[in-house]
Amino acid sequence: MMTKEQVLEILKTVLEASDGEQTEAVLVSENEELTRFANSVIHQNTMQEDASLIVRVIKDKKIGIASSNILSKEEVVKTVKHASKIASLSPRNQEFISLPAGKPLPQIDGFVEKTARTTPEERAEAVRKLVEMAKPHGIKASGAFSTSVLRLGVANTLGVQAFYQTTVASFSTVLLSPTSAGYADRESRNVSDINAEEIAEEAIKRTVDGRNPRQTEVKEMEAILLPYAVSEMFDYLAYMGLGATSFQEGRSFMSEARGKKVVSEKITLYDDGLDIRGFPLPFDFEGQPKKKVYFFEEGIARDVVYDSFTAFKEGKESTGHALPQPNSIGPLPLNLVLKPGNATLEEMIKSTKDGVLITRFWYVRPVHPKLTVITGMTRDGTFKIENGKIVYPLCNMRFTTSILETLAGTELVGKELKLEKGFFGGNLVPALKVKSFRFTGQTTF
Amino acid sequence: MRELTDLCLNKAQKAGCAYADIRIIKRERQEISLKSGNVEAISVSDDLGFGVRVLKNGAWGFASSRIISPQKIEEITSKAVEIAEASARVKDKDVELAPVEPVVAKIQANCQIDPFTVPLEEKLQFLARVDDRLRSVKGVAVSKAFLTFFKEFKVFASTDGSFIEQEKIESGGGMEAIAVGEGDFQIRSFPNSMGGNTAAYGYEFIPRLKLEENAERIAQEAVALLKAKPCPSGEMDIILDSSQLALQIHESCGHPTELDRVLGTEASYAGTSFMTPDLLGKLQYGSKYVNIYADATAPGGLGSFAYDDEGAPAQCVDLVKEGLFVGYLTSRETAHALGIPNSACMRADGWGRMPIIRMTNISLKPGDATLEEIIADTKKGLYLITNRSWSIDDKRLNFQFGTEMAYEIKNGKLGAIVKNATYTGMTPQFWNSCDAVANKDYWTLWGLTNCGKGQPSQVMHVGHGASPARFRKVQVGVMK
Repeated sequence: MMTKEQVLEILKTVLEASDGEQTEAVLVSENEELTRFANSVIHQNTMQEDASLIVRVIKDKKIGIASSNILSKEEVVKTVKHASKIASLSPRNQEFISLPAGKPLPQIDGFVEKTARTTPEERAEAVRKLVEMAKPHGIKASGAFSTSVLRLGVANTLGVQAFYQTTVASFSTVLLSPTSAGYADRESRNVSDINAEEIAEEAIKRTVDGRNPRQTEVKEMEAILLPYAVSEMFDYLAYMGLGATSFQEGRSFMSEARGKKVVSEKITLYDDGLDIRGFPLPFDFEGQPKKKVYFFEEGIARDVVYDSFTAFKEGKESTGHALPQPNSIGPLPLNLVLKPGNATLEEMIKSTKDGVLITRFWYVRPVHPKLTVITGMTRDGTFKIENGKIVYPLCNMRFTTSILETLAGTELVGKELKLEKGFFGGNLVPALKVKSFRFTGQTTF
Repeated sequence: MRELTDLCLNKAQKAGCAYADIRIIKRERQEISLKSGNVEAISVSDDLGFGVRVLKNGAWGFASSRIISPQKIEEITSKAVEIAEASARVKDKDVELAPVEPVVAKIQANCQIDPFTVPLEEKLQFLARVDDRLRSVKGVAVSKAFLTFFKEFKVFASTDGSFIEQEKIESGGGMEAIAVGEGDFQIRSFPNSMGGNTAAYGYEFIPRLKLEENAERIAQEAVALLKAKPCPSGEMDIILDSSQLALQIHESCGHPTELDRVLGTEASYAGTSFMTPDLLGKLQYGSKYVNIYADATAPGGLGSFAYDDEGAPAQCVDLVKEGLFVGYLTSRETAHALGIPNSACMRADGWGRMPIIRMTNISLKPGDATLEEIIADTKKGLYLITNRSWSIDDKRLNFQFGTEMAYEIKNGKLGAIVKNATYTGMTPQFWNSCDAVANKDYWTLWGLTNCGKGQPSQVMHVGHGASPARFRKVQVGVMK
C-alpha cells in the first residue's frame, strides 16, 4: 500500500515533468481484501493491491490523458510524456476553458486503523458465525465480507493539492432456504460496526418468513421500500438525471423541472460529501471541495451537480463532483442523503391496505431516462400486505415504473437512515412508503 | 518470466499447497471519442500485475499485486497461502479439480494491423468524418463516434506443469445520435448500443463496421423516433434483430448455463439458475429451431482464447440442441463436482481477480429462411432493433428488454417505426415460441465488453452470434 508521502511524491513528479500549459495528476491507491462465501463455505477469498495514476495534460485547449499502474519514476515520466504527446496531436476542444484552481479543502478523518488491519482470519471468523447461525434453520449462507483502504491524491498546476485516505468495511449476505431468500448488509468505515450476528438475525428472519411464496395479481399497488431498495432507486435517478452533462444535453428530467414541484413535499434529497455518517470524500477527482447540493427541497426540483468542465460552460463553479477522467457520464453525486421522516416500519405496514413490502431490487435498468422510468425485479424478501398486516411472502415481482411518479406518491418517510454503498460512495436513506408502485410482471420463485 | 513463475509455484508447493497457479498480465488500452464535434476523450492506459491462486487445506486463496519483483512474488504467494488457510476454517469438504493436461504453448494475437501502430491522426480523421455525417442531419442534439483498442499479454503457469503465453488484440468502434424534444429524447446507436461492436481482430476490423456508410441513416432515425408513435401494448409476434437477439442469448441462456451459478456459488451477487442439473438432458428449453452453443474457438470472438485461466484448452460445446438443454459452461472444480467434461470457461478480469466461469462465444445457429421471408410470413407484429434496456431475474426466468427502435409489421410488410419498444416474458416459454431463425447470411458475431459478475466485480468481454429470429405471441409495450 502506498503511503501519503509516496502518493504526493508521484504527483509532484508529474507536475514537474509536464510541458503542458496545465497539468493534472490523480493517483488512486487501493488495497481490497474480500472473503466470499456460498453454500455455507468460503469459496473465494481474495486480496488485491493496486494503484493507478491518471495524467491530464492541456495545451491550447487540446487535452491528452494517459494512465498507468506502473509507478517507478521513469514510468511516471513516460506516462506524462504520453499524455503530452496525445495533447499535441489532439484537436482543440472549444468547449474546454480551464482546469480548476486550488481551493481550501475541508478536513475529514475517514481512516480507521482497525479496518485497515483486518486479517483474513477475522473475516473468516465473522463468516463462520453467520453460517453457524443459519444452519439450524436449514438455510445455506452466501455473501461477501470486504475490508479496504483507499488513498486518493489530486494535484494540478493551478494550485490544487489534495490528499484523503479512507477505509471501507462491507458485509452482505443472501441466505437461501429451499423456497426463499433473505438479504441483509452493513457498511461502515469502521469494521467494528460490522456485527455478523446482527446481519445473520435480520437475514434469517427474512428467509424464514419468506418460505413458500405465492403469486399475486400484477397491478399498481402501495409499496414499502426498505432502505436497500431506496438507495438503489436513487442511484439510478442520479445516473439518469442529477448530473450536469445529461442536464445540459436535455437528457435529464431536470432540464425542464428546476423550480417546479415534481415529487412529494415529503422528499428532500441532497448530496453531501462531507457527511461523516456516510463514506465522505472531501473533494472530487479534480481536487475541488464537495459542496452540498439539493436536488429536491420539499418536493421542488432544485439543481444538479457539476464538475469544472460543465460548470465553466455555464459560468459557474464546480460543485466538486467530477469523476475520474476520461468518462462519458460527467459529474455524479456519490453521497446522496434523503432527509428522514418520522415513520417506523410498523407504522408503514399498518397504513398499507393493499401493497407489497420490498426488501431490495435486482437488475434495475433505465427504460426511459428522461421520464425516469426504470425496470427491475424485487429480490430476497418480498411480502404481501393487506389491511395493515403482512399476510404472506410473494414470488419476486417485476416493476416498470417512473421514479418521479413513485416519489410523487410518497406517503411516509422512515425515521432511521441506513448507509448503503452506492455506485462509488455511499447513500444515507430511510425506508419509504409510496401510494403506488407499478408492478408489471412476476416470476415463479 | 519463467524464473518469476517458478519462484511462486515452488514457494506455494513448499508451503504445502496441493495446487497453485500464477498469471502475469500486461494490458494496454486506447480510447478515442468525439462528441458533437469536440474531442470527448483521447486516452491510453497501461496496466501490469500478477495474481496467485493457491489451494491449501482443501480451500482457495488468492492474492495479487501491481508490483512485479521476486520479493513481491514471494510476499504475495505467502499472502495467498495465508488467505487459503483462513478459507479452510469455513468449509465442508476439500476442493477437488478435474484433471487438465499440462501444456507449454505460445499463442499470438489474430491480428493483421496492430491498432496501436495506426497513427492517432488517422483515427481522429476517421471519427471526424463519422461525427460530421451524424451532425449533418437536422435535429441531432448530441452525436458521438468512438474507437477502442485493447491488447493483452498473459503468462499462465501452474503446478500442473503448464506454462502458457497468450496475446490478444481487440478493436472496436461505434456511433450514437441523440435527438432531444420536449420531455423526450431518443437515441440510435450503430452497429450496436453499449459500445458499438468489438472483435478480436486488429485495425482491419474498423472499416468493416461501416460507420460512415450508416451515419446519416442512424441520425435520421433518431430524429424520426421523436415523432414516432409509442410501442403498442399487447400480445403479438416479434422478430428480434441480430444484436438484440445476441443480448437475449447472453441473459437467458449464457448466464443460466454457468455451472457456478447453478451450484450456488454466485448466489450472493449474480444469483442462481433455473437450469438445474436434474433438468440436464430433460428440459425442453426451446423449440426445435433453437440450437445454442459455446464456442471459445470462434475467430474474432471476444470470448475466444487458446487456453482458459486454468490452462484448459478452448472448447466448442452444445448448450441447447434442437431445443433440448444439454450442456453447461464449467470450470475444473464444477465439472468435477458434477462428473461432466470440463468445457473450460474460467477467465479472470485481469491480474487482480480470481478466475470464475465466464461465457465464451454463446451463439444461436442460423436457420434456413431469409429475414424477408420471415417478415413476409408475419401477419401482425414488431421487428425490434438495437437494445436499449435489459433486465432479468436472478434465476434468469422473467426478463424484460427494450429496444431503441421497432418497426410495425402488418400483413407481412414493415410499417411505421415505433418508439420506446419493450417486450417481456419467461425464458423457456419465450424460446419455445421461436419458430423461425434467419439463415447464415444474416448471422453476426457480436462482441460485448460489459458483462458483469463476481465479487469483487469483474467485467468480461464475451461474444454472441445470432441471426434474426421470430417469436410468437410475446407481451410487448410494457412501459406506460
